[in-house]
Amino acid sequence: MPGPAEWAIIRLSLLVGGTACLAALPVAFALAWLLARGRFPGKVLLDGVVHLPLVVPPVVTGWMLLLFFGSSGAGGRALAALGGTVLFRWTGAAIAAGVMALPLMVRAIRLSIEAVDRRLEQAARTLGAGRWRTFATITLPLSLPGVLAGVVLGFARSIGEFGATITFVSNVPGETETLPLAIYAALQQPGAEATVARLAGASVALSLAALVASEWLARRTGRGVHVL
Amino acid sequence: MSFDVAVAIRRGDQLIEAAFQAGEGATVLVGRSGAGKTSILLAIAGLVRPERGAIRVGGRTLFDAGGAVDLAPEHRRAGVVFQEPRLFPHRRVVANLRYGLRDPDAWDATVAMLGIGHLLDRWPRTLSGGEARRVAIGRALLSAPAFLLLDEPLSSLDPDRREEVLRAIERVRDTVRLPILMVTHDREEAARIGTQIVQL
Repeated sequence: MPGPAEWAIIRLSLLVGGTACLAALPVAFALAWLLARGRFPGKVLLDGVVHLPLVVPPVVTGWMLLLFFGSSGAGGRALAALGGTVLFRWTGAAIAAGVMALPLMVRAIRLSIEAVDRRLEQAARTLGAGRWRTFATITLPLSLPGVLAGVVLGFARSIGEFGATITFVSNVPGETETLPLAIYAALQQPGAEATVARLAGASVALSLAALVASEWLARRTGRGVHVL
Repeated sequence: MSFDVAVAIRRGDQLIEAAFQAGEGATVLVGRSGAGKTSILLAIAGLVRPERGAIRVGGRTLFDAGGAVDLAPEHRRAGVVFQEPRLFPHRRVVANLRYGLRDPDAWDATVAMLGIGHLLDRWPRTLSGGEARRVAIGRALLSAPAFLLLDEPLSSLDPDRREEVLRAIERVRDTVRLPILMVTHDREEAARIGTQIVQL
């Protein structure tokens, strides 16, 4: 069983992963909606940018975040004006994890929005429902299983994040040292094999639980958001 | 005048043009398939935007390209029964019927007239074709519409179910007395339901 220090790492990973994925959800939903329903110039470009973290090396994503949130970046200056920073903080780790999880979430949510029969939305409109009520009572509930699947998938991706996180916020024990970073650090120490095994076991268990949950939700929708 | 329609609707390469006026009762639009009957119905419901023309129902202007009037579907008060019942699959029959409910007092009479009282707790996917149509008609009626639009409400039903739904429509025509515009390609249906027949 993991010891107190290891439980702290697991808790931090859950905090970072959970925050990342909850914060990314509205952004992912909005992007998925735009990509599924929108018709505007530059849609292909937006699609490409959203998927970028999936294809560029995570180190590059981390470096870009560092540029943006660093002391001379636009995000960093804005945060400094508010008296805060995300560098070397768990919030920064959550941002890195969220950015890396975003494309997976957008994909799952977009598929589920595209699968909603728009003729049902038309029927709702003729029954007196405005756009928002139609969205809240028809589109959202019908796409919800896919949205949940996207959240779980994003969570699994978040707690596994390594490259962008270590590049962006470094490895600060108790602050940014999530499971993958702790495993990597333990691997550098002689005689920490048992720690590595316990942390790796926790990591596998968490990811597997998330994937199984995602698959279960995907099957409930009966649609193509399967990952297994 | 119940329906006063003169529109041109663009559907792909095709330009559908239609102009007709209809009085009280049930008006039936007939014409070969592909003539644009459904497009005209959807335009009246506000789900398809005509390129030009005007749509007035019961003296109310729903669309007028010249006067820049284009009411949103939810403000047109059209009771639409589509070719497919389009029941909301995540809501039971009772919740489908309540979705657009504006006149709770009409509930009992409508449910009884359509014979759907025993279906209220069912999920849409468990209904037969005829049952689903009747629920769809009920859902449209309970939204207290100013007029009814029926798009091939008898298509893909076997003869028994057809008769069941035909009778329901006749009851609506004779008891609720709303202006009805129905699209069909079946002459027999048209003759039975229509107070007036418009050939496209």
